[in-house]
Amino acid sequence: MSADPGNRLVSGRALETTATLLACAVIIVPIYWILSNGFKSLVDVFALKWVFTPTLENFQRIFAAPFDIGQKLLNSAIVSLLAVAIAIPVATLAAYAFSRFALRGARALVLAIVFSQFIPPVVIVLPYFVLFRDLGLYDTRIGLALIELALVTPFAVLMLKSYIDQIPREIEEAAVMDGATRLRIIADIVAPLAAPGIITAALLCFILTWNDFLFALILTSKDAVTLPVGLAMFGGEEGVLWHLISAGGTLLMIPMLVLSIRIQKYYLEGTLAGANK
Amino acid sequence: MQRASRYLFVVPALLVVLATAFWPLARALALAFQDWQLARSDAPAWLWTPADGLENARDLALNFERMLEDPLVWNSIKATLFFTVTSVVLAVAIGLALAMLLSRGGPGKALLRAILILPFVMSPALIGVSWRFMFNPEHGLFSALGRPFGGAMTDALGSELLAPWVVVSADVWHWAPYVTLMIMAALATVPQDAREAAAIDGARPWQVFRDITLPHIAPTLAVATVLKCIFALKAFDLIYTITGGGPGNVTQVLSHYIYFQGFKYFDLGYSAALAFLLIVPMAVLAWMYIRLSYREAAA
Repeated sequence: MSADPGNRLVSGRALETTATLLACAVIIVPIYWILSNGFKSLVDVFALKWVFTPTLENFQRIFAAPFDIGQKLLNSAIVSLLAVAIAIPVATLAAYAFSRFALRGARALVLAIVFSQFIPPVVIVLPYFVLFRDLGLYDTRIGLALIELALVTPFAVLMLKSYIDQIPREIEEAAVMDGATRLRIIADIVAPLAAPGIITAALLCFILTWNDFLFALILTSKDAVTLPVGLAMFGGEEGVLWHLISAGGTLLMIPMLVLSIRIQKYYLEGTLAGANK
Repeated sequence: MQRASRYLFVVPALLVVLATAFWPLARALALAFQDWQLARSDAPAWLWTPADGLENARDLALNFERMLEDPLVWNSIKATLFFTVTSVVLAVAIGLALAMLLSRGGPGKALLRAILILPFVMSPALIGVSWRFMFNPEHGLFSALGRPFGGAMTDALGSELLAPWVVVSADVWHWAPYVTLMIMAALATVPQDAREAAAIDGARPWQVFRDITLPHIAPTLAVATVLKCIFALKAFDLIYTITGGGPGNVTQVLSHYIYFQGFKYFDLGYSAALAFLLIVPMAVLAWMYIRLSYREAAA
């Protein structure tokens, strides 16, 4: 074969397109696998059907006893919302201070916050397991929400700090001159300007807690069990109930698929900002 | 405003971080000084009189001696190394390849860019459950794919050779698209004119990549690698849900073995001693991450 540049270009393009489509398939197939099996009858699951008549029966079954997925769904929602509701205001205040005030030791504090993200959850949970048993917080939504703060607070502080860093200080200066308190300035000037960042941070924190498995696995047993843990515990006497697991998995992933639209914009912004130059 | 009151803004966040990260870290490390099995007693000896101190130091020594003699410790170090090295290399390599692929237009690229975020927002526990389902030899995806060709599916999860790769594949599925997003952001800042000038001067595409693109995105690749190492050391959900450490402990990584000793055998003292093995490399990686990101910010 002669090395005709035109030919090579065409085959290079074909290779690129193949790789692109293959990557799309690899991402989509596992998601489609769970979604589709959630709507399949048990017979169709076992028959490995690609084409099938969808049914809602699996969802009816997992909401009934003994699965009670509704309670787990509620637990997941309450724990995640509670964690976000505490983490975001706390993180916004800290992020603002780290961004605007020349605090002595600020660098060391920020680095400590960075470092805290890297402590393995399995280590964090060891002492909390003991403490929660003593305090009666074991298997409670409050207890779980408090420890989820370990996952989301450092992350939210760092993300919001870099967001607020990009807001020009001049906007606040007039208000400072007028003698407005810092809390007023944060509430009336900074928060509205930083709203897109605060919302994205809140959504990412929600995703992190919603998807958390380890803390919920160890710190709950019955009343406060969340959806991911409930899902992993499915099964039992009738063997592995793949169709019901898939229905539960569908409920677990749907909110994440919806939120991902918003999150994706945030991640792609960085990649496009340069490209548009 | 008063200087001191400015610290009040950061106090709540610092208290949260202190209570949810540094206190448990210190407490876990202190637990390693104790021989405490929940099955035997409800509370460890908390008092730190000199005699207790000696006792505790002895318990630590005993815990570490036990670790040296525990074949499962060596096994889990090996499993952790395998998982970390393979998942990091594959996630970063695939992330780089996809980011390069997406740096140009073409059919299907918009779709791929749009769905990149999906694996990242999936719960790792759900990914694990799905993987166990997909690799099920009777009802799984791969038997569905193989059935038309009459191929029988091997039980990958029952195979000591294949099971670790199944876990790695799930982890790479979860993280490679995220690494892609990180590298795409770095690629967007590579100066276009330098690349074009090199191309006009007759440089081949791979020369442009090696001499211009790669040096420019190297800091991001380094950060992504270190971060991915940290996530790999932390990984627990996927292993718990796909293999539970099996078959025959081949996927019993450290984070899972710590859980196993602490919450299956309720041997908290030993479990905390094992945690040292995870915390030391983690501290080194955290230090590297801080060095790298700081240098990047200064540049």
